[in-house]
Amino acid sequence: MIPRLIARDVRRALQGGAWLPVIFFLLVATVVPFAIGPDARLLQRIGGGALWIAALTAALLPIERLVEPDRADGVLDQLSLRGVSGEEIAVAKIVAHWLTFGPPLLVAALPGAALLGLDGAALARTLMTLAIGTPGLAALAVTVASLTAGLRGSAALGGLLLLPLAVPLLIFGAAASGEGQGGALKLEAAVALFILVGAPFASGAALRALRN
Amino acid sequence: MSSLLRFERVACERGGRMLFERLDLHLGAGEALWVRGPNGAGKSSLLRLAAGLLRPAAGEVEAAPAALADDALALDREQPLASALGWWAALDGGSVSDAQEAYDLSHLAEVPVRMLSTGQARRARLARVLASGAPLWLLDEPVNGLDHDSVARLGRVLQTHRAAGGAIVAASHVSLPGGDWRTLELGV
Repeated sequence: MIPRLIARDVRRALQGGAWLPVIFFLLVATVVPFAIGPDARLLQRIGGGALWIAALTAALLPIERLVEPDRADGVLDQLSLRGVSGEEIAVAKIVAHWLTFGPPLLVAALPGAALLGLDGAALARTLMTLAIGTPGLAALAVTVASLTAGLRGSAALGGLLLLPLAVPLLIFGAAASGEGQGGALKLEAAVALFILVGAPFASGAALRALRN
Repeated sequence: MSSLLRFERVACERGGRMLFERLDLHLGAGEALWVRGPNGAGKSSLLRLAAGLLRPAAGEVEAAPAALADDALALDREQPLASALGWWAALDGGSVSDAQEAYDLSHLAEVPVRMLSTGQARRARLARVLASGAPLWLLDEPVNGLDHDSVARLGRVLQTHRAAGGAIVAASHVSLPGGDWRTLELGV
């Protein structure tokens, strides 16, 4: 069941709007040097953090299309009619969303890092933190999308909910992208793991509550 | 006769208003129930209760595996009709080509769902129910938006389903094709 759901969500994402967060990510990375100025050393120092802010804002864009279309079109009802639990749907949506969000963002981080003048070592560290952090961001996005589906102004509300929840990831992710030692990286991995474990249950409960 | 749907002293409350109480219902193989009543009487809620999508405020609901056709189309808009139906049929193990044939949709198989007309989408929704292979069908206003010919087709499909031991609950304001219907008046 879950592989079918993942395949469907990946297909739908690729057909509509999966490239938007990537473009947005690159846009933010492009805008930073304009705002900060052409000081290469300064840019290099803040580069990892800037890419993280870009990733975080890019994570807000897909929230609207993750759950709401399926709710409005009765797909969630049809699935639960067939005995598919909210948690199963949530797991499938998290995996599918990461597949169309994480890897493209990692690829986009290469030109993004070039724009900010990151050197090889800093780029490698940033890629590592993004690889660890994006599954957590994807899980948060699906959870927030489940919580806000069907509400008026759900997109803005989703942003308000997601950003504070993502702050721990941002702190440790950005810190690990800037330093060589492993402490922040381990903490970031711990936070991402915690979110990944909790999100399917929170999201599943929200999806069940949507039925009434 | 095996029971496909059983309501025992079921109460349904929506938005703080009691829609119906102490409703007893029993539907066996081959039976069809026509749920009538004014707007807001709880017809659609009764279908959702039978589908297990709502919990009764009181009482017990027992139902065989059901297929639901409510207002929502639940077919992927950007997919061709055959693939969109096929996604559900693959889950349920039903046949898409038979369902398309029954509702005269075969010539639309390659047309994206979003391009279908209102009436064609209503038929596609019914075809999804047919392809589900579920014994209990829950249909919300199945005749709405159908032309004369399609109503006759619906009647034949419903009769075949009943002859094969299936049961049907349909909420409708107009009379339904497909043999004799027991009626249930809500909100009187």
